[in-house]
Amino acid sequence: MFKKTLDISSSPHIYKGRSTDDIMKNVVWALLPVVGFSVYSFGWNALLVIATATLACVMTEHVLCKLSKKETTVQDYSALITGLLLGLTLPPIFPLWMAFVGGVIGIALGKYVFGGLGYNVFNPALVGRAVLQAAFPVAITTWHPAFLADRFTTVSGSVFTWPFMQPQFDAISGATPLSAFKFDGITTSTAELAFGQISGSAGETCAVLIALGGLYLIARNMMSWRIPVAVLVSAFLLSGLLYLINSQVYPSPFFMLFSGGLMLGAVFMATDMVSSPITPMGLWVYGGIIGILTIVIRIWSGLPEGVMYSILLANAISPHIDTVIRNRVYGTQRKVKAI
Amino acid sequence: MALFNFHKNTFKNGIHPPESKDETRGLPIRQFPFPPVIILPMAQHIGTPSEIVVREGQEVLRGALLAKAVGYLSVPMHAPVSGIIRKIGNVPTISGKMSPGIYLETFPFSTQEVLEGKPIDPDNASAEEILQGIQDAGIVGLGGAAFPTHVKLKVPEGKKCETLIINGIECEPYLTTDHRVMLEQESDIFMGIKYLLKATGAEKAIIGIEANKQDAADHLGRHIPENLPVSIKVLPVKYPQGAEKMLVTSLLQKEVPSQGFPIEVGVVVVNIATTAEIGRLLPHGRGIQERVITIAGPGVKKKGNYRIPVGTPLRFVLEHVGVDEDIKEVYMGGPMMGVAVSNLDISIVKGTSGILVFTGKDVGASDKIYPCIKCGACLDACPILLNPSKLGVLAKFEAYDEMARDFHLMDCFECGSCTYVCPSHIPLVQYFRLAKRVVRKRQAEKKEEVNV
Repeated sequence: MFKKTLDISSSPHIYKGRSTDDIMKNVVWALLPVVGFSVYSFGWNALLVIATATLACVMTEHVLCKLSKKETTVQDYSALITGLLLGLTLPPIFPLWMAFVGGVIGIALGKYVFGGLGYNVFNPALVGRAVLQAAFPVAITTWHPAFLADRFTTVSGSVFTWPFMQPQFDAISGATPLSAFKFDGITTSTAELAFGQISGSAGETCAVLIALGGLYLIARNMMSWRIPVAVLVSAFLLSGLLYLINSQVYPSPFFMLFSGGLMLGAVFMATDMVSSPITPMGLWVYGGIIGILTIVIRIWSGLPEGVMYSILLANAISPHIDTVIRNRVYGTQRKVKAI
Repeated sequence: MALFNFHKNTFKNGIHPPESKDETRGLPIRQFPFPPVIILPMAQHIGTPSEIVVREGQEVLRGALLAKAVGYLSVPMHAPVSGIIRKIGNVPTISGKMSPGIYLETFPFSTQEVLEGKPIDPDNASAEEILQGIQDAGIVGLGGAAFPTHVKLKVPEGKKCETLIINGIECEPYLTTDHRVMLEQESDIFMGIKYLLKATGAEKAIIGIEANKQDAADHLGRHIPENLPVSIKVLPVKYPQGAEKMLVTSLLQKEVPSQGFPIEVGVVVVNIATTAEIGRLLPHGRGIQERVITIAGPGVKKKGNYRIPVGTPLRFVLEHVGVDEDIKEVYMGGPMMGVAVSNLDISIVKGTSGILVFTGKDVGASDKIYPCIKCGACLDACPILLNPSKLGVLAKFEAYDEMARDFHLMDCFECGSCTYVCPSHIPLVQYFRLAKRVVRKRQAEKKEEVNV
């Protein structure tokens, strides 16, 4: 008896048994209905754009790992999430080569140069999109109406623009509710917004499905509920206040909440764990900054939408939020640490 | 967030590992057979090791003094069996180091009667006499820490003990010794509390019990003696509620100051098994010869709660209960804070609360370590409200001094909740254990330099 040697290990000897790729996998599950609705409402165009962005992200991650002679990290699903998110934030008739460039830049400059998963300062999908917005301002603001009859029979010509060529857009294009409001003063009903009967980025139009995906992740304890709540509540409060002051000039807070990329940003972008703060109080501050900045940009800037820049800015200050805001350690008084 | 803390009778954060207590909770305590040889290390408590007062070849009766306490932070050691001192020399210990100790060969046909000493009268003895009696009985914290109980009970000058807390939490998975002791030794427990109230000067005692031992709480509740100011409080199950600081917070909604002891908020916490042992031994003036241990884990055949002589070799214990072929790891204590054993020739010590045997398939291959994704699960688990994520990053850079100075490393009591929840499988508490050692060593070196 007992001929073999025993292993030794340092306690604890039992684990919860949930791993990082489990969390990432579940984010993918939560995104799939949003992708599905995007394809349902915008047809093959959206599917091609999302698939291209995803392929670009996963390939870039794999190639960069191989180039730096490391084990590939694509199986942790994080590049897949970046790709899906990038695709969902692009207009459904976006040229595929541009989407591909966005994916490459998002992963390479947004994530890999910082050291890969866990070290990125900014949300990689939004880095990719920000570059696209700066480089291709026309293509990225040319929208397409949802639920066209021919969406499953034809593909918009702009999608297949040759690389390095400017796209030619078809005559039909649909203004998003935010640009319609900004430039023409037209508001859209909340019901249409919530259930995605509108034009917009491929994945931002159905607020209800996005929220359900978020609720799934929150219920499985794989997402901080504080961030989306903080973003949405702060955006609602600021826009509500403005609406109370002058309802002729400012749109209703419900319009603000359900239009544009706020829901997608609040639920799936701002909640990127790596680029957000870690303490509960820090999360409230971070979410609050995003919500308020979004409304400020939407109302007073030249841009119709501000979710992307708000999140990127909040990403930038998130390490500083963690430096300043710390948990009060058990048995000590709360100390404010000098910056 | 205090805003969302609806449960008053608990502490913040913590985890809910599977309890794994069902297999042994219903099994009454059974006497374990005496081993042919007892191996007794002298360093089995925190403080100065005991000094051997017997010689090789000497015959001793069960309960006789084998080693005396050296100074205040030390306890004596008593013979766990009647037998003959075969050898005095170095014995293996769980840390891997050898320690001075005694090999005691058991008389095979002895009746193993226990020697009686000078009884301590619970009604008339003074606090000092009780504390002395507790030290003389060799009593240390039986929950696992093995800190000399008389030192813990001594209320410092200028402080007052208002509440005595009896710790019946037993939050470690698998362990059911305290549960059984509460069900079977109620009179010992209440006798122990009587001594402890007197020794600390506390006006009242609270027994804290987790809700998964409701039967024990009911049983004790039915047997509270008249005129003994004891109340029983059942708390929601959560690890690590058995930690002193957490239990004080759960019961009294007070926080023990950082790096401080419960007495600073007027509390002394004593483990329930220790309390029962005081109540069992002091009326007879005896010393500790044995303790109750849960033997469990997937690799054990005859699981149960056993009363085992201190010094029984682990090999003898495992041979008696039977273990799987595929035995891979053996732990002394619970799965969250217990220590893995490398050598089966070590023996049961006073602080051993459990022996767990895991087989190859239970331990499994070590999981892939991912980078920290800042999910915050460790912050939501840490009962001391540290930032294990940040501490883990600093530990990787060996920034131990910064960890201690800016991030309260030394408040970590190594409960392991952070490592338990980490989805990236980062060995956080293992880093902190190492970091704390280094910091302590550096602090000691600094002190020496100043003294020179």
